[in-house]
Amino acid sequence: MNPRFSPGSRVLVKNDWPEERGPCHIRTPHYLRGRAGEVERVLGAFRNPEDLAFARPAETRVLYHVMFDQPGIFPADGKQPDKLLVEIFEHWLEAA
Amino acid sequence: MSNPARAESIAQLERLVAALLAKGVVSEAELAAQQASTDRASPETGARMVARAWLDPEWRAMMLKNGTAAAEAMGVSMAGAPPLGVLEDTAKRHHVIVCTLCSCYPRAVLGYPPHWYKSFSYRSRVVREPRAVMAEWGSPVADDVELRVVDSTADYRWMVLPLRPAGTEGWTEDQLAALVTRDVLVGVALPKLPA
Amino acid sequence: MSDTDHTPAIHDIGGIQRFHCTPVEHDEEPPDAFGKRVDALRQTLARKGYMTVDELRRGIESIPEAEYFALTYYERWLRSIELLMLEKGVVSREELK
Repeated sequence: MNPRFSPGSRVLVKNDWPEERGPCHIRTPHYLRGRAGEVERVLGAFRNPEDLAFARPAETRVLYHVMFDQPGIFPADGKQPDKLLVEIFEHWLEAA
Repeated sequence: MSNPARAESIAQLERLVAALLAKGVVSEAELAAQQASTDRASPETGARMVARAWLDPEWRAMMLKNGTAAAEAMGVSMAGAPPLGVLEDTAKRHHVIVCTLCSCYPRAVLGYPPHWYKSFSYRSRVVREPRAVMAEWGSPVADDVELRVVDSTADYRWMVLPLRPAGTEGWTEDQLAALVTRDVLVGVALPKLPA
Repeated sequence: MSDTDHTPAIHDIGGIQRFHCTPVEHDEEPPDAFGKRVDALRQTLARKGYMTVDELRRGIESIPEAEYFALTYYERWLRSIELLMLEKGVVSREELK
């Protein structure tokens, strides 16, 4: 495992919508696409569920726990100082 | 919602099971053994882990570092189960767990997920308005406490290590474990002393 | 943002408006016999290498919207398991009649 990011890294979740292009299985919730967060911890490497879901050969990918400002994502209902903490695979993240 | 399964679904299941039995893919004995094993998992395991963490700093440190190893130490077989992570509450931070995409749940240490955990309303609302959900549940969160909503999206399963309530000094592990309900382990409730 | 610019997949319901005003029901009933049997079947098939949990999810996510919300939780699982067993040729349509 050779993680590209480490705890404290600022990251951006890709604003990508593969579900609009055809059948797929992804583990990145819609509400985080295009959002900036901070890596809380590296969780390890796991086989890519996007391939496992279709019984394709699946490479391992680094999985991170990424923290987001909750009212930044849900401004109408969110409250400071709340956070969202979500597992996100490395191929969904870019440096912010 | 725990609406009963419709007769046609029960028939559909039995047709599928019959075909799988006929081809030797599964056996009734395997299904029964699997169900018995799933039935044995219970939130008492998670509660015991928490009570021990409140009493034993070394156990606490180990459990926070490696929840899977802590579950194994409780006699739970974690072979083939997703890794378990334990999230530590403090006086200024509380965690609540959800799976917005499906129903990921730390079954090995909590048993079957309850219906509400799998419900569309819980999955949808708790990331958006966690304080409203917590308040409806009878556990309002103070303004100065940071609420961390943990969306269990991938390969880990999560449980909460809550703050030990005041007034439990000198309590035994059994007494403490009794305060730790399934809802407390998910984080939708906080441990409460009996009235 | 996502509520307006894009339509999330059917299962991807975190934060969506549709359930915003629906209280979370305190339903404490354990799964019924049907649910437990579907659950045991899913785990047994996974343990024996016939399917993965990722495939189960993909199958559930492919259920058309009207049915997705009408079926119960374990009915969705059953629908997906059956789809996968057919897709993989473990059983045939003929054998399910």
